[in-house]
Amino acid sequence: MNRAAPIADPAAPLARRNPVAKLAAAAVLALALVVSLDPVAPALALAVELAVVPLFGIRYRVLAQRAWPLLISVLGAVLTLFLFAADRHHILTDALALGLRIVAVALPGVLVFATTDPTDLADALVQNARVSARFAIGTLAAWRLVPLLGQEWRLINAARRARGVDPGRNPVARLRLFASATFTLLVGAIRRGTRLATAMDARGFDSGIPRTTARRQHFTRTDTAFIAATCGVAALAVTVSVLAGTFRPVFS
Amino acid sequence: MSTVRLRGFGHRHAGRRRWAVRGIDLEIRHGERVALLGPSGAGKSTLLAALAGLLPPDSGEREGSIDIDGLDPREARPRTGIVFQDPQSQLVMERAGDDVAFGLENRGTPPGEIPGLVDAALRRVGFPYGPTRASNALSGGEQQRLALAGALVTRPGLLLLDEPTANLDPAGADLVREVLDGIEDTTQIIVEHRIAELVGQLDRVIVLEPGGGIRADGPPERVFATHGDQLAADGVWVPGHPVTAHRARVTPGETLLRTESLAYRPVFDELDGVTVRAAEALAVLGPNGAGKSTLALLLGGLLAPSGGCVTATPELAGADAAVPPHKWRASALARRIGSVFQNPEHQFVTAKVRDELMLGAAQPVRIDELLVRLRLDALAEANPHTLSGGEQRRLSVATALAAAPRLLILDEPTFGQDRRTWTELVALLAELRDEGHGVVAVTHDADFLTALDARELRLAPARLAAA
Repeated sequence: MNRAAPIADPAAPLARRNPVAKLAAAAVLALALVVSLDPVAPALALAVELAVVPLFGIRYRVLAQRAWPLLISVLGAVLTLFLFAADRHHILTDALALGLRIVAVALPGVLVFATTDPTDLADALVQNARVSARFAIGTLAAWRLVPLLGQEWRLINAARRARGVDPGRNPVARLRLFASATFTLLVGAIRRGTRLATAMDARGFDSGIPRTTARRQHFTRTDTAFIAATCGVAALAVTVSVLAGTFRPVFS
Repeated sequence: MSTVRLRGFGHRHAGRRRWAVRGIDLEIRHGERVALLGPSGAGKSTLLAALAGLLPPDSGEREGSIDIDGLDPREARPRTGIVFQDPQSQLVMERAGDDVAFGLENRGTPPGEIPGLVDAALRRVGFPYGPTRASNALSGGEQQRLALAGALVTRPGLLLLDEPTANLDPAGADLVREVLDGIEDTTQIIVEHRIAELVGQLDRVIVLEPGGGIRADGPPERVFATHGDQLAADGVWVPGHPVTAHRARVTPGETLLRTESLAYRPVFDELDGVTVRAAEALAVLGPNGAGKSTLALLLGGLLAPSGGCVTATPELAGADAAVPPHKWRASALARRIGSVFQNPEHQFVTAKVRDELMLGAAQPVRIDELLVRLRLDALAEANPHTLSGGEQRRLSVATALAAAPRLLILDEPTFGQDRRTWTELVALLAELRDEGHGVVAVTHDADFLTALDARELRLAPARLAAA
């Protein structure tokens, strides 16, 4: 399964926003939260993020299904910090702050990719953010082939078993087999990538003629307002944390 | 429509000593439908790539001239279209309509004109779905139709086809040929291994001579009448030259493997009573997506079923017969059941052709004999990943033969093979069968079925819930 396939109602008010606007909003929040080490700012941001989830057309239950690997890794990070941190003084607040921070930074990213079709993202990057088509469309085309890699990996390992190659419990043999299967996977991926590049070339991609676009992506005033609102949320979170006296910038 | 002219044309890939193609003098007129034939390595694909403008000056050395309507192929590229063999790696976009639009966008077509042109191109190839259909949810034949729409949408004067039906089942290949036959206003040049079904819609056949020049050129009937025997001996699939059949000389022996309510959801379920016997060839047939390859993996002990079971008999597995094959140790499995995969590269684990055969070989003495019979002797020291597609396929079959398992399972063993290799493979498999081995082959190849005197197992089309 393609984990990035849209799971949201595409007509929801925030899901409909221009992909570039959504990316920018996620970046603003991430930047604000990365610089502050306290639990208050991420807690506030996270509260707002969770409150707007329905506006992205995603149900909380679906979100939980999609995001559980994230939650588990956060739990791991928090637990590690709690058990092994050298500074035992503020250990509880530190661990809490770290956990909240990771979730508050990652959730916007999850929302963006859950509500954005890859084709729309590439189109918007080219049309609204002036990213080169060579990069955006090229990446998009390669992205189509990603699900094939998982299938390929299973076949490669089955093929090795068919040849009687079986590492058993020997860790060195396991590692060697893993390396050789990875090599085979890479050879295949490069071959397929080269064929795809040739096919794109043959269809006139990147030939120097100015490209037109079949699908228009519009960056509207609502999109600007959406980014501005996100900036407001980020500013609010940091301000509250400063006023509460808990703000600790990362570079102090 | 385009006219193609070549004068003493030759191309040598950078770093190679041998010319891939040389001494070609040709003129292909407006609207002609031409097939390029020749033994493996005669330079068909290189010639096609040159015509498509896909050989940049730094790719090698060129001699003579090549032009399309008086232009260098690279400059003529806006008026040529090319369709390749593998549908997966030539579709660019997620949705069918977007993919057809791709070529138009690249040529700077005004956005307002694009939807109309896309719809017309999809109609032209008889695409049965709307433009938002996901290209991943299409069958191979439908994907190739879509690729054709993507090439035709720019109204090319010259359409180049590099084995467009080689990866397809017979129904899919029919779909593609039907579209090609309906194209009136384009010069078509096609490279294809099996052309018997295509001959009726060709104006002209050109046979390349390996090592340079053209051996024959003319209407298909005339070329095949005068050069047919020689071509067949060189490995070209010539219509009307039947292949030798290998009647089974022994009656099928004991059962080696059987299935009970075998299921692998969602591909198929409740597959009952499939038996694989010693000294018998079993051909697994059915359309793309029916689960033939999945069945091969299940029978080969390489996949755990989601329901039911595959049971080996004591004849095949001795005391291990109580355990299902997918739980056997790999070494035990490889001694009893050999599997040859569709993509040969998946199976290579060493860095040399000879080592590949030594790995798990039952009788190391037979290796040299196998190398010679499958014409791999000159390549014994080469890295398997550097071989050509046909050589890789021969090697993957050879490795399974070297291990001499009691049961051999092959997935599309004759895919894209020239006639010579094909004949040799079939002869080897027939020998194995007559020595008492079981042979199971997933195949679309009707000739293979007849030549091996195989029993047929036909899988029904899958009920694809997700598509």
